[in-house]
Amino acid sequence: MKLHRPANRHLLVALVLLVLPFIIDSLFGHGWVRIADFALLYIMLALGLNIVVGYAGLLDLGYIAFFAVGAYTYALLGSPQFGLHWPVWVVLPLGALLACIFGVLLGAPTLRLRGDYLAIVTLGFGEIIRIFMNNLNAPVNITNGPQGISMIDPLHVGDFSIGQRHELFGLDISSLHLHYYLFLGFTLLVVLVSRRLENSRIGRAWMAIREDEVAASAMGINTRNVKLLAFAMGATFGGISGGLFAGFQGFVSPESFSLMESIMVLCMVVLGGMGNIGGVVLGGVLLVILPEAFRHGAGPLQQALFGAVVVDPESLRMLLFGLALILVMLWRPAGLWPSAQRRRELAPDETVAQQEQETVYDHSR
Amino acid sequence: MTTVADTLLELRGIGKRFGGLAALSEVSLHIRSGEIYGLIGPNGAGKTTLFNIITGLYQLDEGTFQFAGSSYARCKPHVLAHAGIARTFQNIRLFANMTALENVMVGRHVRTHAGIWGALACNRATRDEERAIEKRAHELLHFVGIQRHSNTLAKNLSYGEQRRLEIARALATEPKLLALDEPAAGMNATETESLKELMKKIRDSGVTVLLIEHDVKLIMGLCDRVAVLDYGKKIAEGVPEEVRSNPAVIAAYLGGEVTEAPRPQAGEGLG
Repeated sequence: MKLHRPANRHLLVALVLLVLPFIIDSLFGHGWVRIADFALLYIMLALGLNIVVGYAGLLDLGYIAFFAVGAYTYALLGSPQFGLHWPVWVVLPLGALLACIFGVLLGAPTLRLRGDYLAIVTLGFGEIIRIFMNNLNAPVNITNGPQGISMIDPLHVGDFSIGQRHELFGLDISSLHLHYYLFLGFTLLVVLVSRRLENSRIGRAWMAIREDEVAASAMGINTRNVKLLAFAMGATFGGISGGLFAGFQGFVSPESFSLMESIMVLCMVVLGGMGNIGGVVLGGVLLVILPEAFRHGAGPLQQALFGAVVVDPESLRMLLFGLALILVMLWRPAGLWPSAQRRRELAPDETVAQQEQETVYDHSR
Repeated sequence: MTTVADTLLELRGIGKRFGGLAALSEVSLHIRSGEIYGLIGPNGAGKTTLFNIITGLYQLDEGTFQFAGSSYARCKPHVLAHAGIARTFQNIRLFANMTALENVMVGRHVRTHAGIWGALACNRATRDEERAIEKRAHELLHFVGIQRHSNTLAKNLSYGEQRRLEIARALATEPKLLALDEPAAGMNATETESLKELMKKIRDSGVTVLLIEHDVKLIMGLCDRVAVLDYGKKIAEGVPEEVRSNPAVIAAYLGGEVTEAPRPQAGEGLG
């Protein structure tokens, strides 16, 4: 098998992704399959935010609000809270649609804002949604307030619920594995959509706005519509991810949608490589797995080194996370895996050399 | 020009104020199809303000704005781009971190249609359109003479190449009127000369050109007709030779007594 053939490479990646949960399960244990599931959810979120921040250049600090909208839509329509148990294939798209509407609602008043000002407004929006969820338990109880909504229906198709283990093709597959495959499917879909948007007329218009809004509008781009479209698309991804999260977790509460979560998703985008799908995926994987690894590893490690747990692993985790953030921004300001473009931006010498080469080779064409 | 060409752009009584300052007052001009029309004037005369009104960046306070037979007063820039007015900027505004080719491809936005669903479905129509966009972008880079830099980031191009790229990007919108804001600023004599050739080539391809310039010499050798602005007012209009010998224009440029030449009553005391 020749690996440089794209078809073969895709096949290999697909195989690895298919057997991955079993490998993780046997090597690290069941808990890590759950972490892999979360990583996939966060990748979807990060890819959604990447459209708004990476492509269109609109800094959104309240992105988790759309995740919340998707999650609460699923929770309210598929739990004993109202006694509603709508099918997943209705609830998930509905959550995505609602998130999309909220995206436009956020986008519309902020069209004239950029940079710092936009960041502040979106931050406020994110907090408003969370506080609403926190307080909508009186006078009429809708969201159950800070207690959150529990006993949410598991993700299911007809009678086939993936909330329990199943016997498939002679294999005993647990609920966590099933979730993994479902989320993987959605993640691949989101990747595909991102890729197609990136290389389209709309994607170019987003990037033009990111680069220079005045020039973009002088080139005939309706900046209002195109920016709203970016907000709507990003929010839709967030809504889908949120719905899946609610079904997976079986429980949602406002606590899951704090500002810290928004910042975490933003970090995935920025650390991984803004505007580059591969980089964003990498950022998502790292920022879910590393803190978890640290949580599990820091205690025993200290025990072995100093004979006692000197620093609480939880606070050490945040400390190191902050440090890692600073180091990456200092050494790889364009992210761990930047898009080809950003790489060129940050390596001017290389570009000049490349330009020279192109000049030389051009005569032969 | 002996044949009477049809009017492409007609401005009547344009006024624009910024707070208490009247940047433009009572400016009227008409541009005919197929000509190179020059707009000159000393610094602060209101050239760029007028230009920004024509391209929709500013909204006019008074007057009428007719382009290709319809009124476009107080329209957004993208509406005017769609109507067929494309522009370049005095201080170059390219999409710095996109390649030259991508910059021109963005210019095709207004003449193409693929929306979000087209992009997602990636169907035949979208793919064909995408290919046509790329082909046209390559042609335009060739037209302005920077085809070998198509994969270079715009910000890494030389100054003159950036000016050319801006023109290619503007041409990609298939304008009827191409408005160039001081395209020769900061260029040396050779570069200016080849820019002149490019502008003639653009006119010959059927695009009307509106040219703002500081450099009177360039305007004189190139434009079919010229208007002169000073202190927000039009002080002269006509073929270059006529304008050059107009005393008001000379006064404006040489900084003479502005009140002396244009007012006949000032001379009455002498006679």
